Amino acid sequence: MMLPGFPDAMPLQGLAGGLMIGLSAAIMLLALGRIAGVSGLAARATGISAGGAPRGIAIAFILGLPLGALLVSTMLSGVQTTFPTSPWPLLIGGLLVGFGTRLGSGCTSGHGVCGMSRLSPRSIFATAMFMASGFATVALLRVGGWL
Amino acid sequence: MKQTAIALAAGVIFGAGLAVSGMADPQRVQAFLDLFGAWDPTLAFVMGGAMIPMAIAWGVQRRMAAPVAASRFDLPGTNRIDPRLAIGALIFGAGWGIGGLCPGPAIADLAIAPAPAAMFIAAMLAGMAVHRFAIR
Repeated sequence: MMLPGFPDAMPLQGLAGGLMIGLSAAIMLLALGRIAGVSGLAARATGISAGGAPRGIAIAFILGLPLGALLVSTMLSGVQTTFPTSPWPLLIGGLLVGFGTRLGSGCTSGHGVCGMSRLSPRSIFATAMFMASGFATVALLRVGGWL
Repeated sequence: MKQTAIALAAGVIFGAGLAVSGMADPQRVQAFLDLFGAWDPTLAFVMGGAMIPMAIAWGVQRRMAAPVAASRFDLPGTNRIDPRLAIGALIFGAGWGIGGLCPGPAIADLAIAPAPAAMFIAAMLAGMAVHRFAIR
């Protein structure tokens, strides 16, 4: 299916993948009683954070992410990804994402998916902030001629 | 053991969902954030899709005394809005826009584009470590 006016959009794949992400988060909540927040689980799995989920749970969830992607990539014979060609956006972006998600206690999954669907004022606020910042940052990249 | 297996299964479903949705592609994420370029609304569908099972799950959760495979719910508070939350989210959003990656897709991409994903993740973990040792 194509969206009129947006030839590159993949609305059905987006919706299907989103449903899977939501199902995963629902399993974490209803079976294990926890938020499927990837930044927190990654910090816990690597030992950077001492609090939160039991370490085994965090490690298992984090290992599952590339396994799931591998499964899809094998079944669909490849998944389209285009990364920045220069290492700088990856290094600078990574540093800011790591620091910011710890300071702000969450990322797209914890605040965006789990918190917003819970109608948590804290998560709605955080999501509005990081979305606005993302839009502004990409607009600045465009003005600066980096895009 | 059972909890670990459930977490692994949840991680696999999550990673598969990221790959199916297009969110594992940094260029597509950046295109969603690019309001003044060729805007790609796909990510709005991903977020909308993820909200549906989770909205139902929260409704179910309110009626449960304990989770199915754990002794109690261990959930964060929902009301404290402070400068840390705001500044952290603003910094995260800037990094998300610059790299086109947030933590979940970056880790899932280790299976699809290992070299750039690993570079992003190394920097991300460094950023997390800086927070750990620099803030309080």
